[in-house]
Amino acid sequence: MGWQDYSLLSLARQGLSGNRGWKQAWRSPAPKKKYQVVIIGGGGHGLATAWYLAREHGIRDIAVLEKGWIGGGNTGRNTTNVRSDYMFSESAAMYDKALKLYEDFARELNFNIMLSQRGWVTLFHDQHQMESARHKLNWMRCNGIDAEILDRAALAKLIPGLRADNPRWPVLGAVLQQRGGTIRHDAVAWGYARGADRMGIDIIQNCEVKGFTREGDRITAIDTSRGTIGCDSVGVAVAGHSSVIADMAGFRLPVTSRCLQAMVSEPIRPILDVAMISPATGVYLNQTQKGELVMGAMLDPGQSYGQRGGPRTVQKVVEAAVELFPAFGQARLMRHWGGIVDIVPDSSPIIGATPVSNLYINCGWGTGGFKAIPVGGLMLAHAIATNRPHPLAEKFGLDRFRDNRLVDEGAASGIAH
Amino acid sequence: MILLRCPYCREMRSEAELTWGGEAGIMRPADPAIASDTEWTEYLFMRTNTKGWLQEQWCCSAGCGQWFKVERHTVSHQIRQILRFDEAFSDVTIAQEGAA
Ligand SMILES: Cc1cc2nc3c(=O)[nH]c(=O)nc-3n(C[C@H](O)[C@H](O)[C@H](O)COP(=O)(O)OP(=O)(O)OC[C@H]3O[C@@H](n4cnc5c(N)ncnc54)[C@H](O)[C@@H]3O)c2cc1C
Ligand SMILES: [Zn+2]
Repeated sequence: MGWQDYSLLSLARQGLSGNRGWKQAWRSPAPKKKYQVVIIGGGGHGLATAWYLAREHGIRDIAVLEKGWIGGGNTGRNTTNVRSDYMFSESAAMYDKALKLYEDFARELNFNIMLSQRGWVTLFHDQHQMESARHKLNWMRCNGIDAEILDRAALAKLIPGLRADNPRWPVLGAVLQQRGGTIRHDAVAWGYARGADRMGIDIIQNCEVKGFTREGDRITAIDTSRGTIGCDSVGVAVAGHSSVIADMAGFRLPVTSRCLQAMVSEPIRPILDVAMISPATGVYLNQTQKGELVMGAMLDPGQSYGQRGGPRTVQKVVEAAVELFPAFGQARLMRHWGGIVDIVPDSSPIIGATPVSNLYINCGWGTGGFKAIPVGGLMLAHAIATNRPHPLAEKFGLDRFRDNRLVDEGAASGIAH
Repeated sequence: MILLRCPYCREMRSEAELTWGGEAGIMRPADPAIASDTEWTEYLFMRTNTKGWLQEQWCCSAGCGQWFKVERHTVSHQIRQILRFDEAFSDVTIAQEGAA
């Protein structure tokens, strides 16, 4: 194996020799007959789970099975906003742990994820929302999360293109979490994949899980498009396809699969130096390092597994963005796409044990699980390795629905979806 | 874009005129007093989330205001049945529908 570290020196050396010396960042092995742990889903959460199983628990006999290519699901389709402004203390603890792990990512995995903590701004449009802004400031500070309120004048300085006095959705103020921002999404999948591969973990792409072989309440083997693979335990991190896997394993989930769309404009000069959301209009936007404006939407109506949405959503997003930033009206849209997200009634994730005794799940992140990838991997790895919930995951088990102990962030922090 | 002809007012309604109401046919436990926690959990939270044909309910919210039922494919969005609320889905299977 051996580390081929990325550094200024290796960059210079490779640059001078025509970049022909780079090695593949991970292998493409054929599946073995059996693994101690099989992870289904090669998105960020699945790959991070494999990495933490090796790093925290010393388990290396692991395969990650991905039906397409790694990061080709929501991990490579999201608008890349990261933040930890959740209200319940158990949520804030979990999401802030994720942000801290992201802050350490480059050091730990020798992979530049382009973490840009340029600030996460939540806009408020009327007097009632300004009261909830003060509420939000309080709960964030109680949770030990950085937060400040910006008035119109401060906003005008921070976001010069914003037309705060627009007649349709006037902006009265905002809450800023300075540690929030964006990350290059593919890099998260690639960084964990490279790290996991170097621990000896097999990442197997183009390998679709089609069914399970069961003995009693355990799964003993997994039927895939590349043959049958034996296993001692299974981790599932397939986001919008969670119900499909649960059906195969014979249990039900409180999940509906929905299409969430995003879009980018052509690249323009730097104009927007924060990542931001306007919950009232449902639009969230940031500008990439390449200059494109990335804009995210609300969910399309109806359950869907088709990774494409309708034009009405695109229109709504563009309308809100242009109302807030009249100058954006000159830019053309370049691409738009959809991802299938796993929506649960309380907008909080489901982590850990399932009715199948050796199958553990990580799902329910819905429209907001990119920011949580490191902690999602950490928590699922803990469940698989110890058969107990990670301390941060105790409130987020599947059993919370039977016990009627929801963690309703949809209501609490007003998650837009 | 979802387009559905409302079975009550007979108008073709677009997404903007419709409200999605989730899975069709969810039944409240007949005798709440004796329903177990598991039955309540099923009723309140667990959902059919098929990759394929799904039965759901929509409301003609900007039109006549009636709720109605639809059978729709969750990958292709093809519509197979649209019914009034008191009608039952028929058990059609189209040979060439294929797996999703
Ligand atoms: C448009 C959009 C914008 C978003 N914006 C944000 C944001 O700004 N911030 C944020 O935090 N979150 C955001 N999200 C949510 C975030 O993208 C997801 O919560 C997160 O990426 C989920 O990661 P994952 O690894 O669980 O899933 P995925 O990355 O979807 O990975 C799951 C993988 O499982 C594979 N798979 C499925 N079925 C099988 C099978 N049978 N066999 C083998 N493999 C299978 C899939 O191919 C896929 O690669 C957004 C999502 C979308 C769609
Ligand atoms: Zn009608």
